[in-house]
Amino acid sequence: MIQLLRIELYKIFRRPRTYISFGIVTAITFVIQLAMLSDGNSFVNFALQGVNEQFDIRGNILNGYLITYIILQSLLIHIPLLVALVAGDSLAGEANSGTLRLLLTKPISRLKLVMAKFISSFIYTVLLIMWLAGVALVLSLVLFGKGDMINLKSDAFVMILQDDIMWRYGAAFLFAVLAMTTIAALSILLSAFADNAIGPVISTMGVVVVLTIMSNLELPIFNVIKPYLFTTHIIGWKGFFDDPVPYAAITRSVIILVVYTVAFLGTTVLYFNKKDIKS
Amino acid sequence: MKPILEVNALTKSFKTFKAVDNLSFTIQHGEVYGFLGQNGAGKSTTMRMLLGLIFPHSGTISINGYEFNNSRRHLLKSIGAIIERPDMYGYLSGWDNLKIFATLSDSKITNQRLYEVLEIVGLKGREKDKFKAYSQGMKQRLGIAIAMAHNPDLLILDEPTNGLDPQGIAEIRALIVSLSRDHGKTILVSSHLLHEVEQMATSMLIIHKGKKVSDGRLGDLMNPDETLIEVNITPNNNLARMLSSSVWGQLTVSQTEEQIVMKMNPKIVPELNRWLVENRTDVLSISSRHSFEAYFLNITNDTTTANRAI
Repeated sequence: MIQLLRIELYKIFRRPRTYISFGIVTAITFVIQLAMLSDGNSFVNFALQGVNEQFDIRGNILNGYLITYIILQSLLIHIPLLVALVAGDSLAGEANSGTLRLLLTKPISRLKLVMAKFISSFIYTVLLIMWLAGVALVLSLVLFGKGDMINLKSDAFVMILQDDIMWRYGAAFLFAVLAMTTIAALSILLSAFADNAIGPVISTMGVVVVLTIMSNLELPIFNVIKPYLFTTHIIGWKGFFDDPVPYAAITRSVIILVVYTVAFLGTTVLYFNKKDIKS
Repeated sequence: MKPILEVNALTKSFKTFKAVDNLSFTIQHGEVYGFLGQNGAGKSTTMRMLLGLIFPHSGTISINGYEFNNSRRHLLKSIGAIIERPDMYGYLSGWDNLKIFATLSDSKITNQRLYEVLEIVGLKGREKDKFKAYSQGMKQRLGIAIAMAHNPDLLILDEPTNGLDPQGIAEIRALIVSLSRDHGKTILVSSHLLHEVEQMATSMLIIHKGKKVSDGRLGDLMNPDETLIEVNITPNNNLARMLSSSVWGQLTVSQTEEQIVMKMNPKIVPELNRWLVENRTDVLSISSRHSFEAYFLNITNDTTTANRAI
């Protein structure tokens, strides 16, 4: 298993397109940071229009913590896509390129192959989130400095003191790893059904977009199923920037995401174990 | 000694199409076993079942006396295979591909062994090149290197000469013969090309529309009394009419205004020649084509498709 995992990681990180994801994260982060450097103050004034009438807010409001929060929200759709690019390619890409049949003529079990694909996708996801954390948080702090963070919500705003922020980002990035692992598991499941690489990537994004819309639409018909959709919970990291932190809701989100991940993975193994390899 | 491979009543359908129908055969140690059939006859499906890529609906596969389904992983250690094209990771070097796939067969495989197999297949010195830069022949040879790296008893090679130029075909053919003769490998090699299999195999299995039509030692299969005779003549518009009104018409496999192909005993060729000359047809040449073609035509009993295959 360790050998198989090493081989999977070697293949992922020797493939040039793997690094496109890291490049995209870096590019989006830079664009937002540059925009905030040039127009950040007017953006903050506009966002705080209503608040400024009732409160006198002073200090470095446009700080690295706030910029990082804005970047994370902007990347909500992009990161799943980047995860799907690798995880969705894991089985279907091998089938498409014809290497799956060579792999499976070797004395390895299909269960171990799926697990190696999943764990390598997980490691890729962890590295991508760590890269995001590094580029977004560290660089934003260098460019914009520290300060208390204002979290503007639809019906309230939360002021978080700068000494109380770093652990929240740590927890948020850990939560993001779990959420993106669920996306990776979904991509691998769709990848097992397909024999071309692009299908699972598009299907994953299709599922994420449709379910995200259902999670966000305030319609009674969706309210019944919303609590059970994984897309309702992948944004649970925002809870760490509330005061007080809604631990019960975050724990529920963690459990649901873990259940989805296990279900996606289990279904992949069941299906892939019986699949005729005709590609 | 138990046969290295024993297949019994293997059957596989895809929806309503029966790809392999009640197929049984046995391969003994040290044989080069030709697996012959037209495109779509069920060769690849059978080979994929032998490797656990496709699951049969019924039937059994035993390797060295062990049931495949009960010991798949263990038995795959004693098999090396190329199925259809030898597709690998184009962005990696030949060496990386060899190392990856060979390690999956035997985690303790040494670099020395990998260099040995590169030497055998004639790729030493080119192993650092990217796989995508390899020619088709080099890809096939790397595929064979991967198949034999862990020193398996049985090699399963599905159409290993597909897509190669004549020189590449000859090289791969020589390599397969050498692997059997010099390295003691048992080889199951499939092809839709009669002359290819004929030049490599010691035994043969022929399938047609998923069913076995014949198997056995090559010498036993061929009928020396029946071969394909190709006659080249000067253009003759009346040839078709002449043939149909004579006894020769029944022996004719195909004809144009300039060529006749007949399935017949070579002893009566002079008689045919005399008849053509008496009917004012100038004979340019008479030659015997592969005797195995005649055999293939006989057993498949389907001249149209057989002509396509040859």
